[in-house]
Amino acid sequence: MKDTLRKLAEAFGPSGREERVRDIIRQEIEGLVDEVQVDAMGNLLAVKRAPGKRVLITAHMDEIGIIVTHVDTNGYLRFSSIGGLSPITLIGSRVRFADGTVGTINVEKLDDPTKVPDMAKMYIDVGTLDGQAGPIRVGDIGCMDRSLVEQAGVFVAKALDDRAGCAAVIEALRRLQKLRNEAWFVFTTQEEVGLRGATTASYRVDPQVAIAVDVTLTGDTPKAPPMAVSLGKGAAIKVRDGGMLAHPGLKDLIVRRAQEAGIPHQLEVLERGTTDACAMQLTRAGVPAGAISVPCRYVHTASEMVSSADLDAVSSLIVAVLENEIEL
Amino acid sequence: MDISLLRQLAEARGVSGNEAEVRDLLARVVRPKVDGLRADTMGNLIAYKKATSDHKMVVMLASHMDEVGLMVVGADSSGYLRFQPVGGIDPRVLPAKRVLVGKDRLPGVIGVKPVHLTSPSERQNVLKVEDLYIDIGAKNKDEALTAAPLGEFVSFDTPFTCLQGCTGNGMAPRGRVSAKALDDRAGCFVLASLLDMALPCDLYAVFTVQEEIGMRGARTAAYTINPTVAFALEGTVCDDAPREEDLSPTTRMSAGPAITVADASFIADRRLVTLLTDAGDACGIPYQLKQPNIGGTDSGAIHLQREGIPSAAVGVPCRYIHSPESVMDLSDLDNTIRLMQAALTRLPETWA
Repeated sequence: MKDTLRKLAEAFGPSGREERVRDIIRQEIEGLVDEVQVDAMGNLLAVKRAPGKRVLITAHMDEIGIIVTHVDTNGYLRFSSIGGLSPITLIGSRVRFADGTVGTINVEKLDDPTKVPDMAKMYIDVGTLDGQAGPIRVGDIGCMDRSLVEQAGVFVAKALDDRAGCAAVIEALRRLQKLRNEAWFVFTTQEEVGLRGATTASYRVDPQVAIAVDVTLTGDTPKAPPMAVSLGKGAAIKVRDGGMLAHPGLKDLIVRRAQEAGIPHQLEVLERGTTDACAMQLTRAGVPAGAISVPCRYVHTASEMVSSADLDAVSSLIVAVLENEIEL
Repeated sequence: MDISLLRQLAEARGVSGNEAEVRDLLARVVRPKVDGLRADTMGNLIAYKKATSDHKMVVMLASHMDEVGLMVVGADSSGYLRFQPVGGIDPRVLPAKRVLVGKDRLPGVIGVKPVHLTSPSERQNVLKVEDLYIDIGAKNKDEALTAAPLGEFVSFDTPFTCLQGCTGNGMAPRGRVSAKALDDRAGCFVLASLLDMALPCDLYAVFTVQEEIGMRGARTAAYTINPTVAFALEGTVCDDAPREEDLSPTTRMSAGPAITVADASFIADRRLVTLLTDAGDACGIPYQLKQPNIGGTDSGAIHLQREGIPSAAVGVPCRYIHSPESVMDLSDLDNTIRLMQAALTRLPETWA
């Protein structure tokens, strides 16, 4: 799983530009599924057939990023965010564009250096010298530039939201032995800008049950907002978040499967934010939907952190759900 | 370019939810050009035009008929009408503007206290919508509400005007016009003009309703049509007013159609963006990329229908939109038509 996670986390793939992540996943799952499709929104759909319920399992390929809004006469780039990016995390960060160009984010002289400046006061410097035309244009999209580090049982990297979820789903595919349901593994696009890929993929698959695999926040850091999810305490089974209530029967079933298989797990109540399952449950006539989450510290920064044991638990739990009957 | 059609479109009244006048005008204009025409339950006007080739692509082109405006929500004992905005309106643009109220086009003015009576501190403040009222000359509440019952739509009363040096008719339109509702009658004009042309893909030209209050018409129309690809045609933000800093305006006037890469409502399909820029480069048609992440269009609703619909948006830069009067350059309008014609001509070959 580690090699897969490294490849995925270090790949370029902000919302709308998921093609490289898609290519990596396509290679990783080759031979593990019966059929692979790419739809109009760029979602990668992989189906593994078996009798039983048609189950949709998603993980989103896209990550947060920046989009260039203006190139000034000296070649400095002004930018806006793709997805929820917090200005406080940005100064001194590096961004990387699709063509490999790297830039560093800095800020104008501030009237009040004690306040966090708006993104409008910041710029990206790609090292273009005065008067020269640089390689980057308005509308170009960049991601954070950071390599993955593994130490003491955790991974630190950019884009673990949600490449950690992608890696956990791929690992589950590798471990699956006696599938009891028709499983659609969908690696979605544009989650960070409004659950857009999942909206259309869910319509296409028309599932009977849907589960999103995404990261969730934790409450175990200094003076964190209260939240009963901790790194290393297992797969987080969603009860609710800012956009959805998990189907209670499905939530209970996932908990039961975790208990039966002895998989470490915790319940997740997330106050803010949501995930693909929010869109999936409102598809067509409605779909029972839930989520299995990877606890993750520092979500939407260039240094997100997940635990290797939690990732393992999430993969095991996906397998345990799919290898048993799903009666709600 | 038929300036008189542009005039009629801009002067027609069509506040969101009340687009009938615009729809009737467009139906009359478009009917002789197309192979099918109908209005759907939401009030969208849907025209179908067969391809000149046997390509199987179905293209949806959407421009919205509705404009921002006001709605009557009450009257007081002196006969003043109270109102609320329909769509996004900055209250600063409202005082002392002429409006037309209801079906009977009752003239009215949004009242404002004379300068003689306002204190310096009052003049520093923006009046809230709740503090404004429409004066239609009624003497009391009964008279006001009989003439303009609750729920009547109110539109800005702005004549279409050719600004200096403007020549619209003939082959090379140039100069600028001012009018209300160029967002999105400019798009309606582009779309009606495209229906004059022979194009190699099946076209559904959809004049949508209720874009300004949440892209509502486009949602249901795209579900019904389920096209291969879709384009939204817009009158879009142009804020190229003088500024001190080296920062981009959203779009620049007279610099050609503005192609959206990403806005608040959607990320444009990269293949369609490339199709548009390649078409512009190949045919020598000027274009600009709209500054990302500002505003939204019908594409925001269209691209999420059913299994997903690859979508793009092209806008005519219009200054001062969502106010009683906006300004547009006819060369931008003309180049938008030309760019869309060039792109649609190439589309079936490049998409295959």
